[in-house]
Amino acid sequence: MKLTHDQVTHVARLASLSLTPEEEAHFAEELSQILDYVENLNRLMLPPPGLHVGDGVSDPTPLHPDIPRPSVPVEEALSNAPDRSGQFFRVPRILEEGR
Amino acid sequence: MTPLFDGIASFAQGRDSRKFSIEEAVRSCLDRIENLDPELGAFLSLNPNAVNRARQLDNRMARNPAQSPFYGYPVAIKDNLHVAGMPTTCASRMLANYRPLENATVVDRLLKAGAVILGKTNMDEFAMGSSTENSAMGVTRNPWDTRRVPGGSSGGSAVAVASDMAPMALGSDTGGSIRQPAAFCGVLGLKPTYGRISRYGLVAFSSSLDQIGPFARRAQDALEMMLVLSGPDGRDMTVASRNPEEMRRDFASEVRGMVIGMPEEFFSDGLDDGVRVSLERAREVLAAEGAEFRPVRLPSAQYGINVYYLIATSEAASNLSRYDGVRYGYRSLKASNIRDLYTHTRQEGFGPEVKRRILLGTFALSAGYQDQYYRKAQQVQSLIREEFDRAFHEVDMLFAPTTPTPPFLFGEKSSDPLAMYLSDIYTISANLAGLPALSVPSWPTAEGLPVGAQLIGPAWSEGRLLKVASVLEEAVGVRRPPMTGERQGGEAA
Amino acid sequence: MNPEFEMVVGLEVHTQLLTRSKLFCRCENRFGAPPNTLVCPVCLGHPGVLPVLNEEAVRLGIRLGLALGCTVHTRSVFDRKHYFYPDLPKGYQISQFTHPLLTGGSLSVRSGEGVREIRLHRIHMEEDAGKNLHAGIRDASHVDLNRAGVPLLEIVSEPDIRTPEEAVDYLKKLRQILRAIGISDGNMEEGSFRCDANVSLRRKGTSAFGTKVEIKNMNSFRFVQKALLHECDRQSALLARGERVVSETRLFDSSTGKTLSMRSKEEALDYRYFPEPDLPPLVLDPNWIAEERANLPELPQERVFKLSEELGIREEDAEALLLEEDLSRYFEEAREVVVRYAKEGGWPVELGTGRLVNFILSEVLREWNRKGARILSGELCPEEIAYLVAQVVEERISLNQAKEVYAMAVESLRSPKSVIKEHNLSQESGEEKLGEWIREVLAENPAEVQSYREGKERVFGFLVGQVMKKSGGKANPQKANLLLKDYLSR
Ligand SMILES: [Mg+2]
Ligand SMILES: [Zn+2]
Repeated sequence: MKLTHDQVTHVARLASLSLTPEEEAHFAEELSQILDYVENLNRLMLPPPGLHVGDGVSDPTPLHPDIPRPSVPVEEALSNAPDRSGQFFRVPRILEEGR
Repeated sequence: MTPLFDGIASFAQGRDSRKFSIEEAVRSCLDRIENLDPELGAFLSLNPNAVNRARQLDNRMARNPAQSPFYGYPVAIKDNLHVAGMPTTCASRMLANYRPLENATVVDRLLKAGAVILGKTNMDEFAMGSSTENSAMGVTRNPWDTRRVPGGSSGGSAVAVASDMAPMALGSDTGGSIRQPAAFCGVLGLKPTYGRISRYGLVAFSSSLDQIGPFARRAQDALEMMLVLSGPDGRDMTVASRNPEEMRRDFASEVRGMVIGMPEEFFSDGLDDGVRVSLERAREVLAAEGAEFRPVRLPSAQYGINVYYLIATSEAASNLSRYDGVRYGYRSLKASNIRDLYTHTRQEGFGPEVKRRILLGTFALSAGYQDQYYRKAQQVQSLIREEFDRAFHEVDMLFAPTTPTPPFLFGEKSSDPLAMYLSDIYTISANLAGLPALSVPSWPTAEGLPVGAQLIGPAWSEGRLLKVASVLEEAVGVRRPPMTGERQGGEAA
Repeated sequence: MNPEFEMVVGLEVHTQLLTRSKLFCRCENRFGAPPNTLVCPVCLGHPGVLPVLNEEAVRLGIRLGLALGCTVHTRSVFDRKHYFYPDLPKGYQISQFTHPLLTGGSLSVRSGEGVREIRLHRIHMEEDAGKNLHAGIRDASHVDLNRAGVPLLEIVSEPDIRTPEEAVDYLKKLRQILRAIGISDGNMEEGSFRCDANVSLRRKGTSAFGTKVEIKNMNSFRFVQKALLHECDRQSALLARGERVVSETRLFDSSTGKTLSMRSKEEALDYRYFPEPDLPPLVLDPNWIAEERANLPELPQERVFKLSEELGIREEDAEALLLEEDLSRYFEEAREVVVRYAKEGGWPVELGTGRLVNFILSEVLREWNRKGARILSGELCPEEIAYLVAQVVEERISLNQAKEVYAMAVESLRSPKSVIKEHNLSQESGEEKLGEWIREVLAENPAEVQSYREGKERVFGFLVGQVMKKSGGKANPQKANLLLKDYLSR
């Protein structure tokens, strides 16, 4: 299938990626080629949908006991942060509320 | 510049007989890295504590004899596996300054067995690629011909072992990322059964396909490492409760009487003649050892690439959502609000191949397209699994080329993503089916380029695959690239 | 609200689970710790980490399913739900989408005078997000991930709720069950029990659904009621004007009592759900479910039946008493004292219990709603209420006097005993004194006496009132009644 410019923009927004106009054009072209190639899957006779990895599993899942362990020291938790304020991660102001 | 030891058995023997100290062994590797790596570019960072640790191990050994063959053994680690105290960059600008807070489970296990980590190796960014050309950190060259790529994504680990800078290395394989560079560099690379080894501490590319595995010169070494790495881990629920010792038992099995399948689809038109000739010779060796060869059909395997590029990119797009510039990693300085922080950080932090796959994966999962792409791919994946299941009712394992061609030149495929993707055509279906598979060196081509023979087995058959590999290894001989200062053994196919 | 319309409400409740550790890592699950002190690589979403599922969270999920009559699925699947937000470390939430742990089940709520079943659509497990903080920070927001990864159950009802009162009763009943079976503390202020509502209107008598609006951020029962009322008014005004309701997410603003548009569904997110590859499907041993069923603690409804039977009180009253834990504890303690008074005074316990139940469900409940839990202790402790009720049973004061005493006691935070003493309250039941007041009233109202004797019985009430007035409220009304009849018939 041919990906339109709008589709690429939409997908980039979903993926939180900003693209330059050149990138947009380039990726639209390349992704269209890949999708064309990938589309010959449609020629196959397929088993009923819904099967996926682990479908065959039937043994009860071993679970983890509810025993707390010490967390990492706060300095370590923040050690890789690009920006922080006191014990918080710091980000540019969030304007929109909720999700 | 001859290595002090050749393989784990000779290392353990030299160590225990005090022929050399662990410090000397580790220094010999570091010396080779110093000499060879400026040209090869396999390592992204070296462990500043390697010599210290070696010394400590020597001291401890003065009081207690070594308990494990790995005690003091130097290893290299692909830079998508966490080693506490060293960076994990995934060869990406995004993680250039990232320092993990803990070891990967496999690293913990190696350290517990006494291994000494030499350094972290180059790779395609986030393991996305087949040539290591997608590294944001620089080029890694194939020691057999430095104009050629080492394969990828675990190119650095393959080169480190091929050039004896490290006797063994860890890589990760999502669609061939251990086996393809192993084939290109003339070493053995094993992708274990999905669920054999904990993935905790492996930076995820495609979670349902990723497996960690060893690079080695010898099947025996790979087996020893598998025994250290394998088994249940409280930190990864996808690891099966199998006893790793079954591999040692299976490694002792007989090749005589084994039935080996030749999937017709893997020997069709696209296969390079040099590779074909080499594999034919390998087949003859195994047949002479008493293995029976039988043709099998895997008609859906040809769709493996299509399936792979939908499933792997979907999972990758998801796994890479966490790189948002908030808690760690690269952050764009351009952003003044939170949306821009995300989009600029990801725009600047990821390279083109990573972005291409994020876009493809996001599209394949998006509303209105998920059924057509992601779900359809899952259905075909089931089909491929079933075909393998059926094949393994008739044969013990499959014999195939690892790659359609010998190592290609730099730039040969890097501008054409599809052509690059096709270099994984023979390796991908083992990942899709969760099966163990390895690449073992076969005879080189007439031009002296390495060729890999691939063995694919039913789940949990690593021991048998390694057994068959050891037979080929004996016939082909352990070869070393000319530039690494070694005498050549054997002749071309 | 326009009476032509009917309200259609479905509720989504997120409840945190009372586990000791988080859902997918072993950090402590605790409210109120200093920022980013209950975190590890897993709940920080670092590269390379993997989730491991907490057994206790699954156990609590099974337990809730059994308590609500849901189907507990022996095979459920975790999915990833994608969106970017700073409090969501991985860029996706691990949740359950196509195969939740629980489906079906129901909860019965009071509706006017009757009872209605609200069906449940599904209940699934998921992880909580962290917290973004904005208040008092210039040009930035702060992120605290202590809450990230805390286990949640999301309880989704069918759109069966028809009034704000039903919605509130649903939430109260649900919270009562969560508490009774030890799943959650149900604390709305601390966010361990959170509610979103899907609200639409339709013309009465029709069955198709209207356009629905999602309301978030209602963190008390009162706010739920207010938000639903406001949203209903807003939508019915739109429809009455012939306008369209827009499908959107709205926030309840507690300072204005109104809902505000947050984001329209047209620009809604595409969550790109797919099965979480890092977690195998959750396969449950049926024996485990059977075991949980056998160990299920007593449910509120069973306690209602028991209490109503044991005390001989109406089921509605028992339910009302048990719905508010503070009140039911208060009742239990006061009842013990009433039993003691009954023994000492030689009167039947049921008499005192009945009076106590009525007094608590009318007077105490009203004041509790107004003033909160402080009216349940100290000078107004259970012993004091029991004393007041005993005074009424023993006819030392009238019920009306008791109500006045209680109101004064609450106002001034003094004990009823001291109020009675100060106002010299007691009830006059002696025939001599009553006779004196009656004779005076009869003498002062000859015309009314005349008309009563001519058959106008309605005048009787007036005469009783005069007697009560003359006694300064002290006359025992029943006794005064009887005696007055006696005098008038002479
Ligand atoms: Mg939810
Ligand atoms: Zn944690």
